[in-house]
Amino acid sequence: MLKIDNVTKRFGNLVANDAISFSLKKGKVLSLLGENGAGKTTLMNIIFGHYTADEGSIEVNGRRLKASNPAEAIALGVGMVHQHFTLADNLTVLENIILGTEAIWQWRQNKKTARARLAHLATEYGLHVNPDSPVKSLTVGEKQRVEILKALYRGAKILILDEPTAVLTPQETDQLFATLRDMIAQGLSVIFISHKLGEVMSIADDVVVLRHGKLVASFPIAEASREIIAEKMVGEVVPAPRRQVMQAGDQLLGLENVELKGNSGHLLLKNISLNLQRHQIIGIAGVSGNGQKALSDLISGMAKPSEGSFRVKGAHISHFDPRDMIARGVGRVPEDRHVEGVVGDFSIKENLVLENYEDGKFSKFGWLQNRTIIDHAKRLIETFDVRGGTPDTIIRGLSGGNMQKVILARVLDNNPEIILANQPTRGLDVGAATFVHDKIFKAKAAGAGVLLISEDLEELLAVSDKIAVMYHGQISAQIPVEEVTLQQLGLLMSGDGFVASSVESNHAA
Amino acid sequence: MDFLDMFLTIGFWGATVRMATPLIFGTLGELICERAGVLNLGIEGIMTTGAMVAWMWVYQGGDLWSAVFVAAFFGMMFGYLHSMFSVYMGLSQHVTGIGITLLSTSLSYYSFRMLLPDATTPPKIIPFDEYAVPFLSDIPVIGDAFFTQSPLTYVAFLMVGVVSYILYRTPVGLAVRMVGENPMAVEVQGIDVYRVRTGAVMVGSAFMAVGGAFLTISVFDAFYFDMINGRGWICVALVIFASWRPGKALLGAMLFAAFDAIQIRVQQASSSFIPYQFYLMMPYVFSIFALIIMSRKAAYPKALLVPFRRGQR
Amino acid sequence: MQLEPRLHTPLWMTLGAPVFAVLFVLILCGGLISWAGAPLLDSYIALFRGAFGSKFAIAETLVRATPLILTGLAAAVAFRAKLWNIGGEGQLYMGALAATYFGTGLVNLPAPLMIPFLFLVGALAGGFLLLVPTLLKTRLNVDEVVTTLLLNFVVLLLANYLLFGPWKDPMAMGWPQGAPIIDNGILPNLIAKTRLHGGLIFALIASVCIWVVMTKTKWGLEIRAVGLNSEAARFSGIPINKTILRTALISGGLAACAGVTEVAGTKEYLTLDISPGFGYTGIAVAMLAGLNPLGVIVAALFIAGIYNGADSMSRAMDVSNYIADVITAASLLMVMLAVMLTRMRVRFK
Repeated sequence: MLKIDNVTKRFGNLVANDAISFSLKKGKVLSLLGENGAGKTTLMNIIFGHYTADEGSIEVNGRRLKASNPAEAIALGVGMVHQHFTLADNLTVLENIILGTEAIWQWRQNKKTARARLAHLATEYGLHVNPDSPVKSLTVGEKQRVEILKALYRGAKILILDEPTAVLTPQETDQLFATLRDMIAQGLSVIFISHKLGEVMSIADDVVVLRHGKLVASFPIAEASREIIAEKMVGEVVPAPRRQVMQAGDQLLGLENVELKGNSGHLLLKNISLNLQRHQIIGIAGVSGNGQKALSDLISGMAKPSEGSFRVKGAHISHFDPRDMIARGVGRVPEDRHVEGVVGDFSIKENLVLENYEDGKFSKFGWLQNRTIIDHAKRLIETFDVRGGTPDTIIRGLSGGNMQKVILARVLDNNPEIILANQPTRGLDVGAATFVHDKIFKAKAAGAGVLLISEDLEELLAVSDKIAVMYHGQISAQIPVEEVTLQQLGLLMSGDGFVASSVESNHAA
Repeated sequence: MDFLDMFLTIGFWGATVRMATPLIFGTLGELICERAGVLNLGIEGIMTTGAMVAWMWVYQGGDLWSAVFVAAFFGMMFGYLHSMFSVYMGLSQHVTGIGITLLSTSLSYYSFRMLLPDATTPPKIIPFDEYAVPFLSDIPVIGDAFFTQSPLTYVAFLMVGVVSYILYRTPVGLAVRMVGENPMAVEVQGIDVYRVRTGAVMVGSAFMAVGGAFLTISVFDAFYFDMINGRGWICVALVIFASWRPGKALLGAMLFAAFDAIQIRVQQASSSFIPYQFYLMMPYVFSIFALIIMSRKAAYPKALLVPFRRGQR
Repeated sequence: MQLEPRLHTPLWMTLGAPVFAVLFVLILCGGLISWAGAPLLDSYIALFRGAFGSKFAIAETLVRATPLILTGLAAAVAFRAKLWNIGGEGQLYMGALAATYFGTGLVNLPAPLMIPFLFLVGALAGGFLLLVPTLLKTRLNVDEVVTTLLLNFVVLLLANYLLFGPWKDPMAMGWPQGAPIIDNGILPNLIAKTRLHGGLIFALIASVCIWVVMTKTKWGLEIRAVGLNSEAARFSGIPINKTILRTALISGGLAACAGVTEVAGTKEYLTLDISPGFGYTGIAVAMLAGLNPLGVIVAALFIAGIYNGADSMSRAMDVSNYIADVITAASLLMVMLAVMLTRMRVRFK
């Protein structure tokens, strides 16, 4: 069905794909595995036409794909559901789906036929969405359905899914897999990118593993096991994060019945009660868009609650300001390092003093003390093993992992007692992720309390002492990790056990 | 004359419709660009260019209708240039726009001086004559005010409907709207984002140029320097006021032109009590107020001002 | 066609790019000169002579560069914070109006105090003018591009009213101009028999000061952070609105000082045409300088030279002096492109 032969792609000095060859058979599910940065998305982007391979060839059903644009790939029957949704929020489902399907120089649109066709597809595959809903009103799961329908509508025979379950609850994931099985039965072939081994084991027929751009393993699922795959992905035996059981100490952060309203007055958080103690890591699970951002903003000092009490180390807080929070000992690792974490065009040293340049040692009467700032940066670069630059290097040039190290350095150098880590290992390879976990464990051992917000349930289960789940702006009770099960978490993530509220899920991704 | 009586005169409404025409063209033009995600700050210069080339074409012997197309052509050329910088190269839309305005204005003035080096007073041409729509212009009062106008005015009103239809009911309009909301969504459906954006900017710029041409070959009969006098910028404000919808753009243009007409008449009526300069300030002040009112809930096209870079990691 | 980031930009490219861009523009404008029927080489010589060809020419170019340095700085500072201040022209006139109001007899101080005083009131006037659209931006999310632009027209009409009305100098025989600035307020002449005045010194000092502030103080850090990534700046606790408002005061103040230098130095009284678009040209100057405060000096000198050269060329060769505006506008676009090309490479597929 699909044959990839010796495909190579370079970005400057980086070889993203190195002579990769494999093939996909009709009616099969192939899972493409690898760590973050292994080259999976790049390869799929080449198949779909976003990039052009430097070397090698791709054949779809025997026809050569010269793809340098998605139109060609689509014409040959390739469809792709991207990791970040490619939908126009302000337009309707139908409009998003029919774009590009009609000749562009036409005086009329044929919406009736389109609706009929869409309804037929929806029934056939069990993917039901209202065609006239504006996309922004859909849940994440529904948006994914639209993306799949988009591909099916254009007659895709090969469907590529890039990390589709990152934003789904376990139950929604099951639904997705059921849909995929339906499609296979109808003769479609699927490529499924993931780094979640559990899912791969349950749906894939064949497995291909990439590591640092190279294909390191390719075998049918029967020959695979989680351990083998994990080892192939990383190249060595993967050490699981070692969680230390410790006696929790005094309360560091206490929220009671906190409510937060958004800009237009609607509720973002409702009835939030949280208790973070010393020597403790609390993991917060939940599909992205269920209030995590609001909670994170609140604890970061960027938002003010409309109700409830918020205490830091026993002191009641009424003024919310990032600098205040930092001064009270709150360290914040933001969700998106590019958007909120660093100023991309600033140097490493400037990013390191971004939060505390007002400190007497870094600026006197407004003058920046460059010598001190550079020495400070040098010290942190060394202790945090930041690679890729000197204090004056523009931070944009650093890899994701090293950028995250800079942010961690900035946060941890202040010795915060409360650490808010929001998706700290997202997009990082195992080495960098381990480094982050290490630092978090060290901080916990030294007496800090850590709030870890993550979409990665495996990470949460491995690292946290207690886990809570967020859903529609509410938070569940904090369950000790020894007592919780994956199924229980899944149910909570789907809303089971929460009081129905007026808080709308804010649909991210 | 009683203030309210003014609203009953034919002259007032006729002037309103007339003064709204360049604003309709300009606002529609800018609307099309912004819907595709591109802020076109070249509008002031492109309107100037449209005014100059249309006039010059007629002066050199061309007929009025072909002058309109010449203006549109030059508008499209500057639109293409804008798009080269802002869409293909992804450079700042703000700076590109200002650059285009400065360039098109200076080239227009330079060319005008080159072609008419000895003119101390601007020479004149014969502009469009009013065209009375049969039957409709015979209706008392309304007929004279609304249906005895320059043909370009009818074109402008017609264009509101045309643009609206194209935007909302044709595949190309859908592509334009989507490219301004999420260009990636367009790219993955196999449509070239750069081409759609460039096309929209070119068409929008053509509209702008025709708006400028209206001033020299229909309302007035000569080309003056500084003729556009900020009308282009006002159109940028009107687009926000119109929430990027053609129907509301028409409303906004009419409203604005009405205020302008009021201002002129009140100025004439009350002679020297308030200095005339303050009346002339009113259009600009109103535009600022219009922006203030609308900006609170402005539903910007989501990808406005965001450059699209294809194939980058 | 695709753009890819360059791995390494050689120094010759970084320094040479704007120069190449400008040379390219000058060559391109040769076409316009030929169209006018003027001999190319002679025209370029006349252009150069008019700009830098004699002591008088150089002095005139410096006179013209003075307000351009200030409006260029105004645009550079504002744009660094992504505050799109297109209202430099109006702010310039506010400065000129303030200088006229206070400097034509209302206040009399000895010269070492009077001149700084005039700059101060001018700067305040310009700063407060820009504060209005800036507050609309920070409080009500109103886009500042259009509001700053529209205010230009309002301020010019105000100046028109004042000059034809209450501020009209009765001694000026009917011409719309303001009363002369008192002697203590006149900027001292720098070179005898030329119009070069102390405003240049002020502009140069301002340029250095702004450079120091932007690169070596915490306020500069804040302004740059807000402009480059306001989300990250907000997350770190940098007060966004305060920073933008501070930027507005500085930017408006600088542009207004250009008005002061023209009224108190070049012309010595206020006229309607005291600025042939210095505010707008300042934007081109800022872009040509890559928003670098020291680069603004070079860019302003270049642009001023072009304008003076074009004046001279138009007298000698019968080429419309609007060619200077064409060169300026084209340079703005080409330099922006050239600077981008030093950072990215174009790949054709």
